[in-house]
Amino acid sequence: MKAAITGTGLSDLGRNTGRPAMAHLAQAARRALAAAGLDRNDIDGICTYPGKTDGSPGQSPLGTGEVRAALGLQTRWHCAVPDGPSQMAPIMVAAMAVLTGQARHVLCFRALTESSSQSAGRRASIPGAGSARIGGWLSWLVPNNAMSASNWAGWMATRYCHEFGLTREHLGMVAVGQRAFALQNPAAVMRKPLGMDEYLAARMISSPLCLFDCDVPIDGASVIIVSAPDAARDRTRAPLWIEAMGAALRGPETWDQRADLTTMGAHDAAADMWLRTDFKPADLDVLALYDGFSIFVPLWLEAVGLCGHGEAKDLIAAGAIGPGGRYPVNTGGGQLSAGRLHGFGLIHEACIQLWGEGGNRQVDGARLAACGTGGGFIAGSMLLLRD
Amino acid sequence: MTDVRPPPRALPVVDKDSRTFWTSGRDGILAIHRCKQCAYYVHPPVPFCPRCESREVAPEAVSGRGTVVTFTVNHKQWVPGLPVPYVLALVAIAEQDDVRLVTNITDCDPGEVGFGMAVEVWFEPVEELWVPLFRPVRGS
Repeated sequence: MKAAITGTGLSDLGRNTGRPAMAHLAQAARRALAAAGLDRNDIDGICTYPGKTDGSPGQSPLGTGEVRAALGLQTRWHCAVPDGPSQMAPIMVAAMAVLTGQARHVLCFRALTESSSQSAGRRASIPGAGSARIGGWLSWLVPNNAMSASNWAGWMATRYCHEFGLTREHLGMVAVGQRAFALQNPAAVMRKPLGMDEYLAARMISSPLCLFDCDVPIDGASVIIVSAPDAARDRTRAPLWIEAMGAALRGPETWDQRADLTTMGAHDAAADMWLRTDFKPADLDVLALYDGFSIFVPLWLEAVGLCGHGEAKDLIAAGAIGPGGRYPVNTGGGQLSAGRLHGFGLIHEACIQLWGEGGNRQVDGARLAACGTGGGFIAGSMLLLRD
Repeated sequence: MTDVRPPPRALPVVDKDSRTFWTSGRDGILAIHRCKQCAYYVHPPVPFCPRCESREVAPEAVSGRGTVVTFTVNHKQWVPGLPVPYVLALVAIAEQDDVRLVTNITDCDPGEVGFGMAVEVWFEPVEELWVPLFRPVRGS
């Protein structure tokens, strides 16, 4: 018995939209409900990542309580997951909720206003810009000014490149390829063509990662509705079955103590996912792989099992993951070009592909998608299947 | 030679487990938690050993020597006044390869930093804390 995604919706994504987070959320919710053919009165569960937090400007301005109130929802299940298997955790929790009878239709959401909330003194996703002391796992990073995830991804990338010969050109192929997809996605934020020369000339952020290796902070919201199996049938769109999920984590839960810097939590999560299905990596039609930084894409390709350790560069160089490739990744442009919705936007795009609604970027006959979210030590992965 | 000085720092919350790590630099000592039973170094510091389940884990002075496992050169000024570029590195302490300290490599050009580079600790006093930083070990 499997849970299913029955509807998804994005708000009008943008940079410096000036629109409040709730306006984005309500728009995304309305679109997701319409996609599923559901009414708000059908929604009896709500889940989000990570929950309301003001740790970084605009990173998570909405909790479940405010959204319940704003949408007028009566729920039987609610949950915010700041500390689960990556940004996918609320969708996994929702799947378990509908399969254990806690709810029938769970509204999962992610809302950000990182673009509008940045200021000269406070950038999005930079802890420690204020005067308060830093606690928790960040206390081992920020005092040495390792304050951006681009730094943490940067030192992983340096090591990976050293061991396996991945080059900036390979990372550039990821960024350029996803931009080519974004040009076919009206909802993407970055819609100007990007070539390799421009990529290589871009300013460095944290070596070897340049500007175009980093995803784009935006304002926006994504809603994904997870439904119980019997409630998933006879909706507007075909149910997208959550065929398998993986959330294993076998290493230290930190960015600094992972012994092998050339693998991620992704490898544990994806391996566990494959144990729970008869499908194999070669069966995949389309992939949604976390691209907060371009370097995560080759690591996720290896984690998902499309090639061996250190071989992702060959897959990338062969054009396998870009437009027209055998294993297209992040067909909406990904976070690098469509904007950062912390994994939700990537999963949204996988659903669009499985429903055959990808327009000029549609992957013919897409039936099985792998979704992997999270970078570094933390990850979640799932397979979505259209019957 | 570009002298890459450490930028202004956001300081950590210090608790009883981490206090020695952040203050022993006052005496020129790098202190890492170590299990008395199985001799395993435990970092970040917690008062129990994940290897042998012992509760006899306490800070102990180490040599202050280590090697660069990986690094990145940060070029982006994330907060106003942050001097860039600077080198961020993961340094494995000489005593145990899987204890990795997030640190800055100072006193050398960023382009000079490489894998396996031998480095030694020094400490920057900030308020009541002593932040461990590393610099290349130079031939005498």
